[in-house]
Amino acid sequence: MGKIEWAMWANEQALASGLILLTGGIVGVAGQFRGWEFAAYAVAAGVFVCLLEYPRSKRAKGTSMERSGQYCFTVCVKSFGPLTRNYYVRAFLHAGICVPGGFMLATVLGCVCLAIASLIYLAAAIRGEHWEPILPRKDSRKPVAESIKNPPQNPPPRPPPETRRKQAKDVEAAAYDNPMTVTDDE
Amino acid sequence: MAFLVERWFYTRVLLGQALSWARAPAACLNFNCMLILLPVCRNLLSLLRGSIQYCSRTAARQLDRNLTFHKLVAYMIAFHTAVHIVAHLFNFEFFMDAQLKRNSSYLPFILSEIGTGDNASFLNPIRSNETSPTIVMFTTIAGLTGVAITLALILIITSSMEVIRRSYFEVFWYTHHLFVIFFIGLVFHGYGRIVRGQTPGSLRTNRPDRCANRFDDWGKNESDCAVPEFAGNPPGTWKWVVGPMILYVCERLVRIYRSHQKVVITKVVMHPSKTLELQMKKKGFRMEVGQYVFIQCPSVSRLEWHPFTLTSAPEEDYFTAHIRIVGDWTQALYEACGGDKPEQQEAWKLPKVAIDGPFGTASEDVFRYEVVMLVGAGIGVTPFASILKSVWYKHIQNNQEVFTKKIYFYWLCPETQAFEWFADLLQSLERQMADRDMADFLSYNIYLTRWKETEAAHFRVHHEAENDPITGLKQKTLYGKPNWDNEFTSIASKHPGSKVGVFLCGPPQLGKSLEKQCLSHSEADVKFIFNKENF
Repeated sequence: MGKIEWAMWANEQALASGLILLTGGIVGVAGQFRGWEFAAYAVAAGVFVCLLEYPRSKRAKGTSMERSGQYCFTVCVKSFGPLTRNYYVRAFLHAGICVPGGFMLATVLGCVCLAIASLIYLAAAIRGEHWEPILPRKDSRKPVAESIKNPPQNPPPRPPPETRRKQAKDVEAAAYDNPMTVTDDE
Repeated sequence: MAFLVERWFYTRVLLGQALSWARAPAACLNFNCMLILLPVCRNLLSLLRGSIQYCSRTAARQLDRNLTFHKLVAYMIAFHTAVHIVAHLFNFEFFMDAQLKRNSSYLPFILSEIGTGDNASFLNPIRSNETSPTIVMFTTIAGLTGVAITLALILIITSSMEVIRRSYFEVFWYTHHLFVIFFIGLVFHGYGRIVRGQTPGSLRTNRPDRCANRFDDWGKNESDCAVPEFAGNPPGTWKWVVGPMILYVCERLVRIYRSHQKVVITKVVMHPSKTLELQMKKKGFRMEVGQYVFIQCPSVSRLEWHPFTLTSAPEEDYFTAHIRIVGDWTQALYEACGGDKPEQQEAWKLPKVAIDGPFGTASEDVFRYEVVMLVGAGIGVTPFASILKSVWYKHIQNNQEVFTKKIYFYWLCPETQAFEWFADLLQSLERQMADRDMADFLSYNIYLTRWKETEAAHFRVHHEAENDPITGLKQKTLYGKPNWDNEFTSIASKHPGSKVGVFLCGPPQLGKSLEKQCLSHSEADVKFIFNKENF
């Protein structure tokens, strides 16, 4: 498992945990369960975790698959600089966020899942990974040369495929007159 | 199990609708967990496929989509688990409510008090008011197993996301083995008999429709309502999953047995296109065209088996696989076979390998069609290598009457290097066909879909050469993507009144567009039938 980037899995796990925390919180609040305050906290925490984890990091090796519409989230998360770049911070943040979820049955599952995500982030941080934003690539192509402005006006000075095949076998019969006189560009 | 009957009347007094909302997904989960193991029993499916083929080719083709089915059932399991858990959250809350509102004119409280003495005939699994739903969850069998299997399920799902699966296969594969915990937990989930209904004996002495309102008088001498007694249902999930679990265990045993059969690597070829060719022999190995095997190399990893299409024909006395070097495992295999050393590896230094398979895919059907269109994108051409070789052997060696009369072969490739090993095969076929005057049998078109400016200049200059500058074949390479509409139309016009089999090994988008073309060009006299490889 040499080249595994743990952060990729931690990210999926954390996003799932955010959703589970959110769902548990909504159920707790809507059902007016005992301890619904914890459920209300879970709703807020779930939304926060989802927003933080939605933008995928750029992979160190290989192509990175963006989630749809993640660009604005990337910009927000990027603006926090080292706080979001460093995975140690994320690991401890998730560990902290998940604790109040353990006090109510509806949010316990979200709490445990987020704790697991925090552990995987810790493993990622120990291996030296960090979060890189996926930004749109700036095209740095050379400007198109002057002569390639207009589409070709004349047919190419090449015989059509049938005649080309004939050329290989029978040179005489494949004689072909170009419709235009062929001259050098310069 | 019907939960809206008399037996569950008192349970519903406590839980209301939430009881049914929890039991319904539970029933669906029983069914889905039974189904989920079946599509991944490869050997069983191969067996089924072989026997069904004689009845109906269409039915056998459905077995190609076993992985899609496995994923769909998994989504259903995830959905039903979510509904089940939410309903049980409400159930726990209602159970707790019943214990906390300690008011003797409140029926749920009275019901909760039943069975406090003998701890057997109780209804409410929460037995005191000094606990909390969370604590109860961690102290009941149902709760503990529920948490364990839900965690296992969530970890399996997050590691099966496409991003993780495609790039870090090991994480996906090892985490997926948590399904063992899932099934064990699932079987024991109902052992605590936590869902309780009135016993049939009690229903005779306490009929809910008459006695529910007169709970003050229960058990008193002059009333005709005794105190009701409750018991839980025996666990039923094992009846659903034991069959598939046994089948799956058999499947793994077959794989282990096969892996111990000796496989010898007879030749290793390193191709420049980062492709490793392994030629192997195994006693008693028989294959059909286009099948695949799973290869394990214990010196690289004891637990990983990876699928590779066989590129040799059944007529040869060895079998080969072309392995592209893309990840950890393939790179390690390459090094174990001496790929990074300049001199050739001694035969006895080659690593031991194990083979599971061969398993069949749609390519076996190729010879049942009179006219065949084979489309391979990049490395997806490998099953077709096997088919072309086999066709050739059939014609020249045994002079068998082959049902297939015409093959149209399309190879779409993004880079020139990948041509190299396959081009050798095409070159030799081209030569042999020309010798036997059979140039018409196989019509192949190679499309280069991406090229660099510098290469383009080279192509322009060598345009008139007899052999193609890239492949060395007489048939020229074409540039860009094929115009499928034209291709289908021309094939339809050349072969009226026949069934044309279309086989694809490539990306899903190409599959979708080919499928559409098949449907739109299948008119009264010519039918295009689409088959897709499942990896």
